[in-house]
Amino acid sequence: MKISSIEDLKKVKESGIKSLYPKKPKFRFGAASCGSGAGIEATRNAMDDARIPEKIGRSSTVGCIGACYAEPLVELYIPRKGRILFKNVGVEEGKEIINAAAKGKIKKKKVFCKIENEYCVINDEKRELSEFPLTDEIESPFEEGYLDEILKKIPEISELDYFKNQEKIVLRNAGYINPENIEEYIARSGYETLFKAFQMDPEEIIKEVSNSKLRGRGGAGFPIGRKWKLCKDSEGENKYVISNGDEGDPGAYMDRVVLESDPHSMIEGMIIGAYTIGANEGFIFIRNEYPKAVKRLENAIEQAEKHGILGKNILGSNFDFKIEISRGGGAFVCGEETALMSAIEGRLPTPRPKPPYPTESGLWGQPTLINNVKSWANIPVILSRGSNFLAGLGTERSGGTKVFSLVGDVRRRGLIEVRMGTSLEDIIVGIGDAKTEEVKAVQTGGPSGGFIPTDFFDTPLDYETLTELGSIMGSGGLVVAGENTCMVDMALYFLNFTLSESCGQCTPCREGLERMRDILADITEGDAEIKDLELLRKLADYIEDASLCGLGKTAPRPVLTTLDHFEEEYREHVEEKTCRAGVCDFGGDRE
Amino acid sequence: MSIDGKKVTASEGRTILDVASEIGIDIPTHCHKEPFEPTGVCRICLVEIRSPEGESELHTACTYPVREGLEVKTDTERVKRTRKLTAELLLARCPDSEAVKKLAEEVGVEKTRFSKKDLDCTLCGLCSRACKTASGNSIITFVNRGPDREIITPFEIFPSECKGCGACAEICPTDAIEMVEVEDSEEK
Repeated sequence: MKISSIEDLKKVKESGIKSLYPKKPKFRFGAASCGSGAGIEATRNAMDDARIPEKIGRSSTVGCIGACYAEPLVELYIPRKGRILFKNVGVEEGKEIINAAAKGKIKKKKVFCKIENEYCVINDEKRELSEFPLTDEIESPFEEGYLDEILKKIPEISELDYFKNQEKIVLRNAGYINPENIEEYIARSGYETLFKAFQMDPEEIIKEVSNSKLRGRGGAGFPIGRKWKLCKDSEGENKYVISNGDEGDPGAYMDRVVLESDPHSMIEGMIIGAYTIGANEGFIFIRNEYPKAVKRLENAIEQAEKHGILGKNILGSNFDFKIEISRGGGAFVCGEETALMSAIEGRLPTPRPKPPYPTESGLWGQPTLINNVKSWANIPVILSRGSNFLAGLGTERSGGTKVFSLVGDVRRRGLIEVRMGTSLEDIIVGIGDAKTEEVKAVQTGGPSGGFIPTDFFDTPLDYETLTELGSIMGSGGLVVAGENTCMVDMALYFLNFTLSESCGQCTPCREGLERMRDILADITEGDAEIKDLELLRKLADYIEDASLCGLGKTAPRPVLTTLDHFEEEYREHVEEKTCRAGVCDFGGDRE
Repeated sequence: MSIDGKKVTASEGRTILDVASEIGIDIPTHCHKEPFEPTGVCRICLVEIRSPEGESELHTACTYPVREGLEVKTDTERVKRTRKLTAELLLARCPDSEAVKKLAEEVGVEKTRFSKKDLDCTLCGLCSRACKTASGNSIITFVNRGPDREIITPFEIFPSECKGCGACAEICPTDAIEMVEVEDSEEK
């Protein structure tokens, strides 16, 4: 149905709540790409085959709750009780779990945690699942006393070390709703903020966004409110909004999870942005290597159109807005905003010098508001809860939370969201369960981020502190390098990546990075001299200073920071031809 | 605005390079030639600009639009150091090109520390821009990325749209494009 009033939205919400909390128990499967990779489809097929329809309702899909280390993740929803999550559920375990459930039993072996209390950050609503569904009749094979005994022993999700210091704003619905069902998004108060936004003056919205201290989540950290103001004040025949979902960093998958788990949170933010600056057309640029995200996004746009949330006279207002998906062709540099716009226009994705900035002259030369997927997803929360709420979660200079993909040498890997200003120690040790003495350094910010050694792990993270440490926030990759990592080899790995992804148009990035790569390769092969280290640093400084776009300007970071903090490893390679990590092979010269 | 301390009045829409050359300040260029749109890719014309936040940044003079209060410096140590390294890298790429040798000399570079590649083309892209202007088509353009970037015809096939106007060869600063006489179009 087309929603044109708040009453209409309420009706859809009721339907969504029925879908979230049906009267029969059901299983939900964590089926983002990470879950698929871990084998959730096989588990799901086996469990669906074993389902007894009289006892257990039809299963559905949820996105990613962030605990990659526990995948495949299966949720058992029990009416008037809540959700029980099972971890590392293979085919056989899955069958055991569903067979037990049909008999009213809980298979304890693979139990991960429970969710008895759900929280909707959008409207600050706490839902006790013992009250859901709201209808009188429920059908459940579980005996009340038995279940209570069991549930008592299962930790609530918010008590787990992995989750207890997390704050879910961007990922507020990830793992809770079916990303292919707009009603479930609305059931968690989705699109209510859009009604509110349409009642607001655009200047008022900009003020709220500015006061929230939200900064660009693509990595550069430009204040979002200021960007919106610049774009609103720019004159042009048309204006555009763009969501940048060209996430290409090795080991990073924040945007993918948002798009695969909760696409409407971003779409709602985009509509608000478009209304604010006066744009009627938007693009989502997404890398083609994310087929599942593309599919869910296409589905989300279609459902939004059907419900009158995209298209003409959105939600009964006078505002028109449509969104088109533009898929990348596999070039990392497309994440750079001017290259991205060039790609949407159908041209080669090469960055161009700024100024002019996209807010004045962007897509087809028109004022364009381009933000990262996660930046957009923050917007509904800012407007619904007020700017102070988001500002209060972060630091003096930077509001809100930050989503990181925590990977590498940690025991608990996954996608996490923490308050801005959280220390690396709290993340890597507290959430990731790594031992500081087993860690050498962490790389923040993707392939062009710097390595930060453990000495600095107590630093509260924000854009400025990371820059001071020689790294960048980037879009949020955190790669933990354990004690068996060779820092020279690591620097070489990332330099090879940025070099192969450089567009190759400007001299410093194309020629300079290649020369740096050659020197690094020589070092790892024992063919370098000590003076090469000096040339390596000179080249790095030069490329940072002289490159045309952000890719080149940041690409030398892994080399510069490892030179700063692990110079002795470089020297050992050059002078003694040894690699303490035992990674580099010096062609039999080693003793 | 000011360039190297000299106060200048310039109209909007012009670039730093335009204004500097008018008052006799020499900024080396390589990938830019009038009347084509500048692209700022060779980076030899970098100058130092104080940003509104008070930080100093390097920008290409050929692309940077002038504005009120702009402070430009064209001969700081940072500018010289950067230009030299750019010239060294280009010289290693095209060691036999007279144009590149001359450019290097202009910024004070005699030889390069890097191993030589013996290529003809600096990837300045002027040929591609000239082609588009002269023919209305992009007969030759860039392909690939990173170190593999090169100028080529589509799929390396000689397209019938090429009328042999020679604009590309004419504008190429390093003489990397040569015009040859052919009789049979098959052999083009």
